[in-house]
Amino acid sequence: MRVTFTANGKPVEADDVWEGESLLYVLRERVGLPGSKNACEQGECGSCTVYLDGVPVCSCLVAAGQVQDREVRTVEGLTDENGELGLVQQAFVDAGAVQCGFCTPGLLVQTDALLDQDAQPSDNDIREALSGNLCRCTGYEKIMDAVRLASARKCAGKGASE
Amino acid sequence: MEFLRPATWDEALAAKAEYPTALPIAGGTDVMVEMNFDVHRPSAILDLNRITELTQWSNDGGVVRLGASVPYARIIDELSGPLPGLALAAHTVGSPQIRNRGGVGGNLGAASPAGDSHPALLAAGRDVFVEAASVRGTRLIPIDDFYVGVKRNSLAADELIRAVHIPVADGPQQFSKIGTRNAMVIAVCAFGFALHPKDGTVGTGIGSAAPTPRRAVEAEEYLRGVLAERGLWESGDLLGTEVIQRFGELVKAAASPIDDVRGTADYRRHALAVMARRTLTWTWNDYSKQIRSAA
Repeated sequence: MRVTFTANGKPVEADDVWEGESLLYVLRERVGLPGSKNACEQGECGSCTVYLDGVPVCSCLVAAGQVQDREVRTVEGLTDENGELGLVQQAFVDAGAVQCGFCTPGLLVQTDALLDQDAQPSDNDIREALSGNLCRCTGYEKIMDAVRLASARKCAGKGASE
Repeated sequence: MEFLRPATWDEALAAKAEYPTALPIAGGTDVMVEMNFDVHRPSAILDLNRITELTQWSNDGGVVRLGASVPYARIIDELSGPLPGLALAAHTVGSPQIRNRGGVGGNLGAASPAGDSHPALLAAGRDVFVEAASVRGTRLIPIDDFYVGVKRNSLAADELIRAVHIPVADGPQQFSKIGTRNAMVIAVCAFGFALHPKDGTVGTGIGSAAPTPRRAVEAEEYLRGVLAERGLWESGDLLGTEVIQRFGELVKAAASPIDDVRGTADYRRHALAVMARRTLTWTWNDYSKQIRSAA
């Protein structure tokens, strides 16, 4: 079947999609967006987290046919308008929160969603928000640092623009 | 395999009638796992995401009619007042990403004994109904008749779950679940408990410790009797350790768990007794406070 949807603001089309195929597979293998990672394929690890109509979901658990005419935003869509690293992405780099990097795309999307809801989350809020994202390198402390850094920069940016 | 995308509820019912073996998918948090691991190759997938009324709920003051696809995240945000037990259970489901997609309709459709909603639905009382519909019409299935076996429910092949009807809580409710961590765990076992002061009953629900989710009937009857005989609903006095202990034992006796990868039958029985005692204590403390502050 053919599936058409919007990915990172641009219309995309995938042909010959198998009916049982996941959105994750379509993103990685059919429309050239391999940023979302395929790790567990059962929603346990969060590495494939993307926005679906503005809500973070595991793309491995969305059937491709379910995204027809809908909006998807992936880790590739977190860059700023000039294509440079976005605020959350830069904070992960600066905090050294990337080890093997496999869990990073999911953490970036989930962190972006968290800070959108609450620019100044408590540590408990961060842990709760990221509880569905596993880092097998166990780099959680640096990840916490990165989220705190992103939060501080986001709040500072808001203050500066006001 | 076919991919069916009905735009309306009537179209969905017609599609299910035409393709009775079609597998409904909404949040996909169970269905897609089976698909990804090739556990299940249905003849057709019936996507319910376009049916917006499935993601709506209403509350007439006495009963909440909860759309089958209202995601757990919204149950927590919007319904923790009228449905506190279910909202607590919803909070233990998977992770934020899973709670953004999954809903009670999927839990009921899968009918796994480990589904987190079930103990809360059973505890909410005997007036919980699953609204099942087909082209032949709509019926309300009492929750006590819904679960019929391991991952089997009483839906007919042409039926879809439209909503679940749950009485608005009239007393404190609790939910307790055992797992190795707070997120992303399938329950080793779980227990839901509710006080229903209006009709002087209590509700229980056991999860992951029998072939189906089940009620601890004798424990409910015992407690109902004690509360009535001793006038405790009126006084809000302490229950005493003997009553709490006996309740825990009766809940434990109602389970028929197995040994599996998540835990042993012995552990599950023990944990159920502990959870039963704790949830009873927590809810009764809350109830006593309400009585005292009203006096």
